[in-house]
Amino acid sequence: MSSARIRFVLNGEIVETAVDDPTRTVLQFLREDLRLTGTKEGCAEGDCGACTVVVVEPGSDGDVELKAINACIQFLPTLDGKELITVEGLSGGSGELHPVQRAMVDEHGSQCGFCTPGFVMSLFALYRHNDKPTRRDIDDALAGNLCRCTGYRPIIAAAQSMHTRRDDWDTAAHARLLNEVARDDDLAIEHQGRRFFAPGGIEAFAALCSRYPDATILAGGTDIGLWVTKQHRSLDTIIYAGRVAQMLEIETSGTHLEIGGAVPLARAIPAIVEQYPGLDEMFRRFASPPIRNAGTLGGNIANGSPIGDSMPALMVVGATLVLQKGADEREIALDEFYHDYQVNDLSPGEFVARIRVPLRESDAIVASQKWSKRFDQDISAVCTAYRLELSGEMVRDFRMACGGLAATIRRAAHCENVINGSSWNEDTIDAACEALARDFSPITDMRASADMRLVAVQNLLRRFFLETTGEAPETVYSYGR
Amino acid sequence: MVVRAVGKALPHDSAHLHVAGTAAYTDDLPEPRDLLHLAVGMSSVAHGRVRRVDLAGVRESDGVVDVMAASDIPGENNYGSIVKDDPVFAEELVQYVGQPLFAVAATTVDAARRAARRARIEVDELEAILDPLTAVERQSFVLPSETIVRGDPDAALENAARRVQRRVFVGGQDQFYLEGQIAMALPQEDGGMLVYSSTQHPDEVQRIVAHATNRDAKDIVVICRRMGGAFGGKESQAALIGVVAALAADKTGRPCKLRLDRDDDMIMTGKRHDFVIDYDVGFDETGLIRGIAFEFASRCGMSADLSGPVNDRAMFHCDNAYFLENVRIVSHRCKTHTVSNTAFRGFGGPQGMFAIEHVIDDIARTLGKDACEIRRRNFYGKDDRNVTHYHQVVEDNILDELFDRLQASSDYEGRRAAIREFNASSRVLKKGIAISPVKFGISFTSTLLNQAGALVHVYRDGTVQLNHGGTEMGQGLYIKVAQVVADEFGIGVDRVRTTAADTSKVPNASATAASSGSDMNGRAAQKAAARIRKRLTAYAARQYGVSEAEINFRDGKVYIADRIIEFADLAQAAWAERISLSATGYYRTPRIHYDRETFSGRPFFYFAYGAAVTEVVVDLLTGEHRVLRVDILHDCGDSLNPAVDLGQVEGGYVQGVGWLTSEELWWNDKGELGTHAPSTYKIPTCSDLAPDFRAELVRDMANREKTIYRSKAVGEPPLMLALSAFHAIRDALASDRNPLPDLRAPATPENILRALAGANHE
Repeated sequence: MSSARIRFVLNGEIVETAVDDPTRTVLQFLREDLRLTGTKEGCAEGDCGACTVVVVEPGSDGDVELKAINACIQFLPTLDGKELITVEGLSGGSGELHPVQRAMVDEHGSQCGFCTPGFVMSLFALYRHNDKPTRRDIDDALAGNLCRCTGYRPIIAAAQSMHTRRDDWDTAAHARLLNEVARDDDLAIEHQGRRFFAPGGIEAFAALCSRYPDATILAGGTDIGLWVTKQHRSLDTIIYAGRVAQMLEIETSGTHLEIGGAVPLARAIPAIVEQYPGLDEMFRRFASPPIRNAGTLGGNIANGSPIGDSMPALMVVGATLVLQKGADEREIALDEFYHDYQVNDLSPGEFVARIRVPLRESDAIVASQKWSKRFDQDISAVCTAYRLELSGEMVRDFRMACGGLAATIRRAAHCENVINGSSWNEDTIDAACEALARDFSPITDMRASADMRLVAVQNLLRRFFLETTGEAPETVYSYGR
Repeated sequence: MVVRAVGKALPHDSAHLHVAGTAAYTDDLPEPRDLLHLAVGMSSVAHGRVRRVDLAGVRESDGVVDVMAASDIPGENNYGSIVKDDPVFAEELVQYVGQPLFAVAATTVDAARRAARRARIEVDELEAILDPLTAVERQSFVLPSETIVRGDPDAALENAARRVQRRVFVGGQDQFYLEGQIAMALPQEDGGMLVYSSTQHPDEVQRIVAHATNRDAKDIVVICRRMGGAFGGKESQAALIGVVAALAADKTGRPCKLRLDRDDDMIMTGKRHDFVIDYDVGFDETGLIRGIAFEFASRCGMSADLSGPVNDRAMFHCDNAYFLENVRIVSHRCKTHTVSNTAFRGFGGPQGMFAIEHVIDDIARTLGKDACEIRRRNFYGKDDRNVTHYHQVVEDNILDELFDRLQASSDYEGRRAAIREFNASSRVLKKGIAISPVKFGISFTSTLLNQAGALVHVYRDGTVQLNHGGTEMGQGLYIKVAQVVADEFGIGVDRVRTTAADTSKVPNASATAASSGSDMNGRAAQKAAARIRKRLTAYAARQYGVSEAEINFRDGKVYIADRIIEFADLAQAAWAERISLSATGYYRTPRIHYDRETFSGRPFFYFAYGAAVTEVVVDLLTGEHRVLRVDILHDCGDSLNPAVDLGQVEGGYVQGVGWLTSEELWWNDKGELGTHAPSTYKIPTCSDLAPDFRAELVRDMANREKTIYRSKAVGEPPLMLALSAFHAIRDALASDRNPLPDLRAPATPENILRALAGANHE
């Protein structure tokens, strides 16, 4: 069965709508079709958070999951079977403000007010998830929302005081509505030569990928969304991975984490950080909650940007990808996956079914660093990752991978050669730093200049060394926390 | 008890709407039938002669209704307000990447934007000047260079015991208002045009639209209820957006809306000027400045825009808090083939103050003294050493008191010692601390702009509508002025509604800029309200046979000798007696005068002061830093609304830190801006706010001038408190080997590593 209409819950009411343009964004739908203008467009690229809305999805055991996402780059059909809460849906029927809204008024958390609905929605997600947020929890929850007026102090105060009032949230009611819009067949929209497929099973997904080898495979849409909003590209056929049950699972085999290709970063990251705590700060700095809630690890990898933040770490821990085409699977090491700038090993019709991340081995040190102009929600100028195994003073195994220094993310072969089998000391690091200059010839762009990128990666390696010796235990961001 | 609105920490008048998403910005207004959406086609070349503009592909694109270029403009092809050098659509010459060449009107936003990309523009490229230093070399200026001299700087420099000469760089800044530029124009009967514009200056939009469409001012109405931020970016730039919308509406006869995409907005519209600053300072062993020479080169971009007054203000503020007895300031207004730079909170003041604070910091580091001591050593005096280089006497100096209080409350000395100790034992992380003052001149330096009007109506139910020439961009102007009006009538502020800025209600209003909004509009509105109250008082005195002195308006009631009546009842009764309940009010700032030829006079009604202490930690390997603690003491006189004013202080500081640390504008060698979206242009986020952040208003120092309730302007001055953050970073970087780190602003990780590497290369 296929259907050209989608159904979802919007602020407590079931909405059923035809979709003529599958790449119509949720924001366009809200503002232009429904005239729900509380949700704002600030950038149309998922970076400012003025468009933040909350999506509710069924959870386990009758529970539901709330996620803040960026409406500006989310395609409308991906809402099928979900609930969307916008700022208009927060205040009670009598127009009474939600505790989050009340706190923002009381603490003077708005000035121009344009970013405010987005902040309110991110705070609402935090309100439901965490009833005693620390400053760090608040920072992390608001990393995807920009305010240009207040300087954030009153917004933080609102986050700290919002729980003094309780809201009338009723999980069961939301679960019931979600149940009503749940889809048990595959969604297929075809209109004037444009197609959008959202299959529920991996066989159907693989078959569609084979049938439409030129199709765009859509997972979280945090990059593909920009192809539409910024590049005005027409995407004729889209195959959505976000409903494929097998690709949404995280499993632990004896030796590996098996992360489905459509698992959002928000779920993949904690599983990886649990194995490798040294990646915590890196992944905190990775995008923002709305982007991590929508964007997927598989998408980050398949998209293959030379400044993608997950890949250096996954490379050094020896992650592999399971690629699927039709019913056939093959496995490839991540560090063999990229051939050149945005050229990878995928053949037409093939897709990243899952990512296999080896479980932690007790004596290896794994870390990853990000070098950018801002702590939160910035794109790396340089990104590094290391895996170090020592045997006494001697290096048994050292791996280093870097982003931002070449056309692809890749290992630092010369540097690794210098360090492997040497003593783990400053002389070795000096030599390794020289080797890094042979490994990479970075370019100058708006994020950093070529010469300072090289200085940075050398300093980052020195820093990693000092972290292992205990001489530089904290970064500026962890200092005093 | 008398309940007053003025002085209360009331929420922003729209706060309850902001949080509910029901505050309507221009793009949220109901769209009229037949609305067309616009997109602008831009130059992709920095400098060149246009050979051919082929718009056939644009016209044929889906949904396109009309296309317009320079030749379609019935009137003047210009939106430059002071100098007429800003074409709406470039014709023969393009002068920056992003310069508008044409606009397309289509049935949807998407159709218009897609169509705009289908133009074929052929340009013969000319050599482009892309930075201020090259511009100085080529003598490429948008306006003549200016000089101010006081005393004998050359002799003073010659005779000084110590001397430092340096070149320093401070970057520009994008306003990054969250609501991008937007306007919607609706043709009206008989040649009228109504324009909804997100603008700080409705009057200018009105004027420019009239000139471009060959109409008179009387034919144009411009309305702005609120902006989603502006920060100077919608002072002159909004006229471009408004005029394009109006031209399209004029040509098509249909309502037209132009909402710029974020990237187009950042590429097409002006920003804060970046400056290259050369200085030569002579001082004695105590750090007292004997003589100083500044040479400023600022990137004005391709046209004059507001660069004249911006650079003038930089010249006025390169003393900041310090008496410069022998001084020469040369200011070059460089013409570059980049977007024309414009107003941004501080308006040249920040760059001037950056210059002198750098000088002070260098003097201290040269002498091995604490910069705090050198700052105090050079402060303006109260009875002597109190005349600025533009001959205004500083009458209201509170710098010493502010520093006394802040040094104590922040434990500046104790923490400075602790930081030295920390640094001695920390190899990679280093801390730094700095205190810096702000003295900022309040008034438009162009004296004629210091005037404002207001219109107040009292209705028969005792409620009030208030309108004034000021615009609301988030700064809380509307609530502050409403508080003033509420108190004139002794009614609650909930009985006062402020209506949208509207050129048909208050004419000829100045831009809401120069921090002057509440000073001027507050006074004008107070006068309007007072006129009505006076009529009511006279009526009540007659009616009840009491003297006017026995009549009081308070708590929503009118006390008439021993009688008490509701304010609404008095309004109703006065109406019935045919007494006018509507009045205008007008204000001109007193005491100011200024001669632009000699750069002398009293350009500023008064000064606003502040001081901040910032502590940072810097990673010497990565060049990353984090602000750890901030202590601010800021002077708003007797604040009209301490919550709103504190919001300006905190927000201004953080915005200033963004300017000086993470916000970097980057152009490539073709003159293309690479940082034109939040993905690449990084304003502060929540986690950048110091974990220990203490901002306070000075509560016991009224303005000595007769401003509205003795308050002080607060929009711009706090931005410059952030200079303490820049110097805290320098403090962390400085070492015996590298005593004067060559740190460029913004202090990005890269620039911090460069400042450190500079020492390594010695």
